[in-house]
Formats: sequence, structure tokens, C-alpha cells
Amino acid sequence: MLARTEPINGTAKPKPVSSPMNNFKSDLLNSFSLKSLKLKTKQQELLIRVSILCLVYVLAFITRLFSVLRYESMIHEFDPYFNYRTTLFLTQKGFYDFWNWFDSESWYPLGRIIGGTLYPGLMVTAAIIYWTLRFLRFAVHIREVCVLTAPFFASNTTIVAYFFGKEIWDSGAGLVAAALIAICPGYISRSVAGSYDNEGVAIFALLWTFYLFVKAVNTGSLAWALASAFGYFYMVSAWGGYVFIINLIPLYVMVLLITGRYSLRLYVAYNCMYVLGMLLAMQIRFVGFQHVQSGEHMAAMGVFFLMQVFYFLDWVKYLLNDAKLFQVFLRITVTFTVGVGAIALGVGTASGYISPWTGRFYSLLDPTYAKDHIPIIASVSEHQPTAWSSFMFDFHILLFLFPAGLYFCFKRLSDATIFIVMYGLTSMYFAGVMVRLILVATPAVCLISAIAVSATIKNLTLLLRAKNKVAQTASAKGIGSAKSSSKGLLDQSQPFHRNGAIALLLGAFYLLSKYAMHCTWVTSEAYSSPSIVLAARGAHGNRVIFDDYREAYFWLRQNTPPDAKVMSWWDYGYQITAMGNRTVIVDNNTWNNTHIATVGCAMSSYEDEAYEIMRSLDVDYVLVVFGGVTGYSSDDINKFLWMVRIGGGVFPVIKEPDYLVNGEYRVDKGASPKMLNCLMYDRARGVEIGNKDVKLEYLEEAFTTSNWIVRIYKVKPPNNRW
Amino acid sequence: MQLVSACTKTLLDSRGKAAAMEKFSISILLIISLLPFLCSSFSQESPTDRRILVLLDDFSLKSSHSIFFSSLKSRGFDLDFKLADDPKLALQRYGQYLYDGLVLFSPSVERFGVALDLAAVLDFVDSGHDLIVAADASASDLIKSIATECGVDFDEDPSALVIDHKTFAVSEIEGDHTLIAADDFIQSDVILGKTKIEAPVLFKGIAHSINGANGLALKVLSASPSAYSANPSSKLSSPPSLTGSTISLVSVMQARNNARIMITGSLDMFSNRCFRSGVQNAESAIKYDKSGNEQFVAELTKWIFHERGHLKAVNVRHHKLGETDEPAMYRIKDDLEFYVEIYEWSGKSWEPYVANDAQVQFYMMSPYVLKTLSTDQKGLYHTTFKVPDVYGVFQFKVEYERLGYTSLSLSKQIPVRPFRHNEYERFITTAFPYYGASFATMAGFFIFSFVYLYNK
Repeated sequence: MLARTEPINGTAKPKPVSSPMNNFKSDLLNSFSLKSLKLKTKQQELLIRVSILCLVYVLAFITRLFSVLRYESMIHEFDPYFNYRTTLFLTQKGFYDFWNWFDSESWYPLGRIIGGTLYPGLMVTAAIIYWTLRFLRFAVHIREVCVLTAPFFASNTTIVAYFFGKEIWDSGAGLVAAALIAICPGYISRSVAGSYDNEGVAIFALLWTFYLFVKAVNTGSLAWALASAFGYFYMVSAWGGYVFIINLIPLYVMVLLITGRYSLRLYVAYNCMYVLGMLLAMQIRFVGFQHVQSGEHMAAMGVFFLMQVFYFLDWVKYLLNDAKLFQVFLRITVTFTVGVGAIALGVGTASGYISPWTGRFYSLLDPTYAKDHIPIIASVSEHQPTAWSSFMFDFHILLFLFPAGLYFCFKRLSDATIFIVMYGLTSMYFAGVMVRLILVATPAVCLISAIAVSATIKNLTLLLRAKNKVAQTASAKGIGSAKSSSKGLLDQSQPFHRNGAIALLLGAFYLLSKYAMHCTWVTSEAYSSPSIVLAARGAHGNRVIFDDYREAYFWLRQNTPPDAKVMSWWDYGYQITAMGNRTVIVDNNTWNNTHIATVGCAMSSYEDEAYEIMRSLDVDYVLVVFGGVTGYSSDDINKFLWMVRIGGGVFPVIKEPDYLVNGEYRVDKGASPKMLNCLMYDRARGVEIGNKDVKLEYLEEAFTTSNWIVRIYKVKPPNNRW
Repeated sequence: MQLVSACTKTLLDSRGKAAAMEKFSISILLIISLLPFLCSSFSQESPTDRRILVLLDDFSLKSSHSIFFSSLKSRGFDLDFKLADDPKLALQRYGQYLYDGLVLFSPSVERFGVALDLAAVLDFVDSGHDLIVAADASASDLIKSIATECGVDFDEDPSALVIDHKTFAVSEIEGDHTLIAADDFIQSDVILGKTKIEAPVLFKGIAHSINGANGLALKVLSASPSAYSANPSSKLSSPPSLTGSTISLVSVMQARNNARIMITGSLDMFSNRCFRSGVQNAESAIKYDKSGNEQFVAELTKWIFHERGHLKAVNVRHHKLGETDEPAMYRIKDDLEFYVEIYEWSGKSWEPYVANDAQVQFYMMSPYVLKTLSTDQKGLYHTTFKVPDVYGVFQFKVEYERLGYTSLSLSKQIPVRPFRHNEYERFITTAFPYYGASFATMAGFFIFSFVYLYNK
């Protein structure tokens, strides 16, 4: 490694802080200091490292407990309620019933095959933790396990980050990475206690897989590749984001091949990981044969075949001594394979055997795609392109350390650093496309920043120390030529070094402590509210809690017949089934666009037309969220335009311009006439009501929560006499 | 010692009292729990009405229409006569309806008593009770608006009567042809009974028509094509608004909750005079000694008061072929048996209803299976079918709507699940080449490795 960077060394000399130079030096100094304090330092270092890791582990866990302390131990948001419900089912009915679960309570009347349409990793993980605790005679409730699963896995992620950092740089970088990722807001946003979502365990699995793969590439060991295949299997079972892995790793391999870094280690690692990982992933029902049939996975397969060609060519080259002959052979082989591959892909796609890319995939590559073609994807706020502020909010100083880290990585290029660079760059791009993918970028950003921090600080401290050493050992004798050369270098820049290094160290310390404070503040203020319970500051600064959602769901549970069907916008579907225990028409698993569009159509039609639709769906109750009284901004009228767009996507009767006034969306008196008369408007009016005293002919109010946030309407039976 | 005994005595005393109290409270509880059965209005078990409130304009109607009333009484109804403007008038007390049926023989009333108004009458119907409305030339706005709410529009001209210059009833004095001999009955044995009504029905009153938007109202007795609605004493200046057979003389409406309503524009139709008098249609030569009114009214009131044409469907059952227990969920492609029992109320007891056109749907947004049920002639209907190869939440639906019968609308929800992972065929014959290929590859690989490694 050092040998490779030696030539760069020379060019980098004039720079005051040049990392390879310093690394070189550090090695020297290490060997020097080890001479005098051999065992003791090693033990000390180990002790410090382990205790830092332990502290980081604990820190990662407790910083995510704000919401539990502030509210209560409960599940947050929307999707986690579904996960909780399925986990409950899994622990009660066992794995096989879970695997074959057909849920008739959601997506009425279509139903949903839960077992075949979810990633079971999270539920199985939580259930195993639960069973283990039960086996150890800890009488915990499954809800507590679910609430604390994400923080637990966040803690585990820090350990993986440490090992990963150690693998790509050194153990110092590993430690910094562990500390950074433990409190990074981008990760905390999806892993606070109660946020029982796939991402909670998936980020752990993602980093774990990457770590094992890099390890396999570095060692060329079958065992590590096998382990990484299993890590990949766990990732596939936990989150749809596995597509990122199965595309990033081939991309990485491609880059290595192009840059002439092909090696047998890479061959072993990739082939083993790909083949076994693919076979294992097929065991997940939701993924099934996608690895061989879907366009998104074709890159991995193409690279797999390319590897074989490379290997074959290597072998032929070894057999043929004639370079000219080999050139000819190479040309023929490459043309032939590329041709065959293209034909196979073309035939597969044309015959429908290989499915084309999905909308979500397209929207990643082209951020404007979803907005034009698939409103349902664009309607989710976390699928929106990321604003600059949220980068700053989620990464803070890491945003500036990231390029610095890239610089260090490029300075010391190896298979491992190439990987982390590619991971960082691609995930940064995706984070820019979609808000939620900041999460995927977070580990990379933390690792690369950790490299920057670690390398800088190490250099600075070495400078300080080295000077002391020089001062101390100036009188001492017997110093090698290398020592003298370094001394000469130090002498060269002595006047500024000491103070500059101290200032820089203090600056770094200041920045890092700012980062820690920012992270804690963000965690406490922004990411620890469970969204199902709203908190606001009252007039006297006291905390006001709006628990309307749970009130409404409880009302549904207690006061409606067990087979009642509730229609709401799909956001609330999971919560209604999980907490209200009632059948819903659509929920957050947006697998059937037509069905959602039907509901959107009902919400945005005139009341009598909506009534027909609701009758055809056997709807008994309509649940809407109304922010008018409390000023709650994310109510249904806010989401209304999406209902119009989604409804209009399938039923052309619904036209977006009908609801707009001069291209503007208004809910007050100036709203368009169609808007004022549609069902949704009646249900969830804005603050400045444009159409007061709405009289409903086909619906009657059944229940309104204490703060008027949730309103439930009952669909009247058909007129008795007409 | 004495103190103690005294104490125990009082204790025993109080115990005895407590026991007595308990007995008392139990009996009260018993009475209370029986109360709904004792005074239920429209019981599922015997749908025929029992208590009927008759509202009159004045009590002289009691004697002029006595045949009609006594025929009702003889059929076992309790008639309660009240003046329509009786201030103590009330249909319900403490939320319980006091009557099962309401007869409005008070065409000219502008307002009912305090506790009764248009909304109260409509509520009465909407909670499943029956109504007879008879109007005449003096019909008030109140009566007309009740009719309008029930899907029937009376002629707006207050002085108009139904006139028919061709099918009027022949009488001694040459009248203005407002006494009509109508014989255009609805063709339904259920509504009008099995015996054919031979003689025409005498009708003298105002015309009404069915509102086209209402799908529930029916013309039971229509006017002839030559009839029209106009003021008989004045000359026609403009064409009459209602003419021909769009004019309905007697209409019925069966609400969705099976409450039955009869509306007629002639109060005279029920009178003793019309019941008794002979009739001869001006167009035909046959002279009947007795008009068809009595038979017509009697048969129609039987229908109105649920003595006929009331069906019930009970005991919806279904199970897999060869099993007896009802499952909570079916699997696609299961064979299942479906049963339902349908009975008809004969006025006294439930008799098996026999028909060959009852159907069951297996329904999810649209019917996937539609099967005609076969009957065992004892009320039990059944069929077997295969669950379609579609999963989802289905419903067994029996929608039985026949003219005159109460509409049956049953649905029972049942989810249908796909195959479990271990319910698929494990080994398929056609796939044997693949099995063979994979095992051959495995064996080949093993041998190859062995040869490669040790062949040196």
C-alpha cells in the first residue's frame, strides 16, 4: 500500500498536512514507541478502544429513547403499525400461519396476501428477540420489543461501522465512524424507539453486507463471501432497498474491472456472493424470481457473466503466449459475448420474461418521472426530491467532511476505498433524488467523514507528538536515516506547525462537539414525535397533547360492528386495521393503484356520485382528518390534490384543473365550484371555510374527536322509500 | 349473650328480606326481559299487524264504512279510532310504537294532533310500519305531501276528479261520469289474492300518478285509457295534465324495509255504499250484483298488513362438500354447499315457500358465481358450487325480489384465501426432466471435482 503511494508522496511534499506522508511517519513512530512501551500501549489501546465502543453502543441506544421518555412506549407513524400487527400475528400464530397469512381486513374486498407481499425480516427478527427474552424468562410484551428493535439495531450498526471503518482505513477511523453514525440524524430519523420499520434493521443489514463483501474482496476468502451472501439474504428479507446492493456491487465490480484491478479475490468474492445470495433471496416470497426476471437485477447477472469471460480470457492468455493471437481472440470473444448478452436481454424483454424497470426505479434515475407518470409515488412526501436544508439538517458537518474524506480515499486508493467512494457517491445522488434515501447515504457519509476526521486528527496529533519527540530525542542518539529525513521535513515547516496544529485540533473538536449538540437537538425536537400523538406548545408554553387519532380508532373499535368497512385516505389504513381492528378499503401498502384511485375518485366527486362508489365498496364509515380547528397542517384537505391526481390517473372524469383556481390550489372562499361541492371538501374543510353549513345527504356524522382532528362519518343506507 | 342473639336475629331478618327482595327483583327482571316480546311492534316471528290506528275526519265514517272496519276486526285487528286532530294523538310512547299500522281516513285534515306531523308519519313508515292513505276531492296539502314522500303525486288541481266517459259505472241517475268502474288490476296473485276479482271496482275520487323516479311504487288499479283528471263541473279549457292509464287509482309502495303503503284517491271506495251496490260497466253488458270493492279492499289490506306475501330467509349455512362445520374462510377452488331456508307467512304460521327462481350469488364487487337454488319443497334451498380461482372477501348474496313479495336481501361475508405454500402439488410429472437435470448436474459436478482433484 505504502509502496503504491510513495510516488504521490513526493508531489504532496510541499503541502503542510499531507496524509500519506504522515501515515508513513505514523507507522515509523508507532514502531518506535512500541519499542519502549510495547505491551502496555497495546493493552491500553485495546482497553480504550473497547470502552469507546461500549460507550458508543450505549449512546446509540439511549439517544433514541427520547420519544419513549417524553410520550410513552408506543409505535410511531403509519407503516410501523402494520409491522407491529404482523409481528403480533407471527408471535401468536407461528411462522407458517404468518407465511400463509391472507388478510381479509385490508384492501376490502380484494384482501391482501400478507405473507407474500411483505419483507418478513423485521417481524422475524423482533419475534426471535421476543422468543429469546421469553425463553430467558423475561416477561416482556411484544410491543416493547417492537419499540426497542430499531434502537437495538442502531447500536449494532455502530459496531459494524467500526469494523467497516477498520477494514477500509484503520481502527481510528472505525471508532470515529461508530461515534458519528451513532448520533447521525439521518439515521436516527428512521430508528428512534417506536419507529418499528424495515429500515431500522435494514441499515444494519446493508452495512453488514457491504462490510462482509469488502472483507471478502480484501481477503479473497470463500468464507467471508458466504457470510456476505447471508448478510445479503438478511437484507433482502428486511427491505426493498436490497436493490441498491444488487446494483451497487456489480457497479463496483465493473469499476474494478475497468480500472484493471481484476483479481482472483474479486472473482471469488463476487461469484460466491452473487450466486448464493441470489439463491437465498429467492426464498423470500415477495422477491421470488425477480433476480432472474426483473430488469433491475439484470446488471448483477450481466456482471456475473462478464466475470466468467474475464476469467476465461485470463486462462486463454495464460495458455497463449502469442500476444497478437490473443488480441484477435479477445476481440472475437468480447464481440461475441456482448452480442449474445444483448440478444438475450432483448429477447427476454420482448417476450416479457424479463420485466421492465418499475416506476420506482425509474423515478430514482429520473427524478421528474414519478411526477409525470405515477402520482402515487410522487404523493408520498418522503419520495420528494431532497431540499438542501434537509441535507444540512441530517448531516450537519458531515456534509463538509464528506468531500474531505473523499479526498483522503482518493489519496489512498485500494479496493476497499474504491468501494466506499462508490457507495458514497451513488447514495449521495439517490439521497438528492428522494428524501427517504438520505438514510441509505448516511452510513457512507459517516464512514467517509470518519476517514476525514480520523486522518486529519491523527496527522495533527502526530505532528504535535512528533515535535515533542524530536525535542526529547534530539539529545538521544542512534536514529536512523528515515528519522533524520522526517526531522528535516519537520524542521522545514516548524514555525507554523505547532500552533496551526493546535488551532486545527481545537477547531475540529469544536466542530465535532457542535455536531454532537446538533444531533441531540434534532433527535429531541424533530425525530422523536410519534406523529400519531401530536404535541404543541400551548399559550403558556405548556405542552398540549392531541391524542385524537387513538381516540378515533378506539371509538371505531368499540362502537362499530366488527365487519364494518372504513374508508379513509390510504395513509391511515394501517393504523385503522391495527388499532381500530376494522376492515379498510385501502392502506399504506399501495399495491393496487386502481383501488386507491377509486377511493380518490370517491373523495373528489360530488356527494351523490361518491355515494354510488361507496355503496359499491360496501363502505360503512368514512374517516377524515380535519386540521381546521387545531391548525394541524397535514390533514386530508392538504393531501387532497393527490387524491385528485391519483383518482384522475385512472378515472379521466376527475380532472385536476377543475379543482384549481387560476392554477392555484385554494380551500377558502375562492375555491373552484367543483372543489366546493366534492365529498372530500365537505368532510375536511380548511380553516377559512369557503362553503359553510354543508349539509350532507348521504352521510351523517358519527364521531368527532375532542380536538376535531379526526371526524368519522357514517354512510347512510339507501333511502327507505325511494 | 342476649345482645349477640339479638344481633343474629336482625341479621337473619335482613337476610330474609334480602331474599325476598331478590325474588322480587328477579321477577321484575323477567317481566322487563319479556316486555319486548309482549309489546313488540313488527316482530320477526309474526309479521302480521295487530294494532291499527284509524284517523278519521269525523266519527260518522265509523258507521258509513262499518263493513270495512268490521272485516278488519274479524280478521283479528285491534282498531283504535281517533279524530285526526285529536290533541292527545301519539304514535309512540317512550320510544316504543303503540301501533303496527296507520289508516289515514282523514283526507281533509290540515294538521294532526300535537305529537303527529308529516315527519312522524314518515318515521313510522321508516321504522317498518304500514300505512293506508285514502284521499278524496277535499284532500289537504298534508295528505298530498305524505303521498309525495311515498312516491305518489296527486293531481295538483284541487277540484279535479277522475272522469271517464267510457268505463263509468252505470247508475240510475245520469251523473258526470266520475263514478268509475275500474277493472284494470295488477296481475299479481300475491297482492290481490288467488281468486280473480270478477266485478269492477267502484271508484270516485282524485287521480294520482307514480313518480317516475321512485322504483318502489306500483299501480294496483289503473284507470282505463279513456280516463282523465279534470274538474267535472267546469268546461275543459286546456288539456288535462293526467290522462289515460298513467292515472293510478290505487297504488301501493313497498319500502326497502318492507313497510307497505297503500294510497288511493277515493275514500268512498271503502264505504258501505260502494261495497254493497251492484255495478255495471258502461262498456260491457254484464251487470254484477255486487261490486268488486269488498273483495279488492279485503285482499289488498291482507297484503298491506302482511298477511300475505311476506317472506323470510333464515338459517343461511354453508360448508365444504363433505363437511358439516361452517369454515371461517374458504380456499380457492374449494367445493362448497350453500343452504338457505325461505318461508312465507300465511297470516298464522310460517309455511315453506316454494319457487324455482331463487338464486345465490358469490359476489365480490361483481358476481363470480350465480346459481339457481334447488328446493326440497319444505323451505330448504340449497346448491353446490366451486369457489372461483380468485381470492378476496366474497359474499354469499341472496337477492330475491318478486312482485308483491317482500324483498329478501341477505349477504354473508366470507373470505377466500389462496393456496397455502404446502398445498401446491409437490412433484409435477411434466417437470421430471428438470428434476433429472438438476440431480444429474449435481452428480456430474461431484464426479468432476473428484476426478479433477485426484487424477494426478
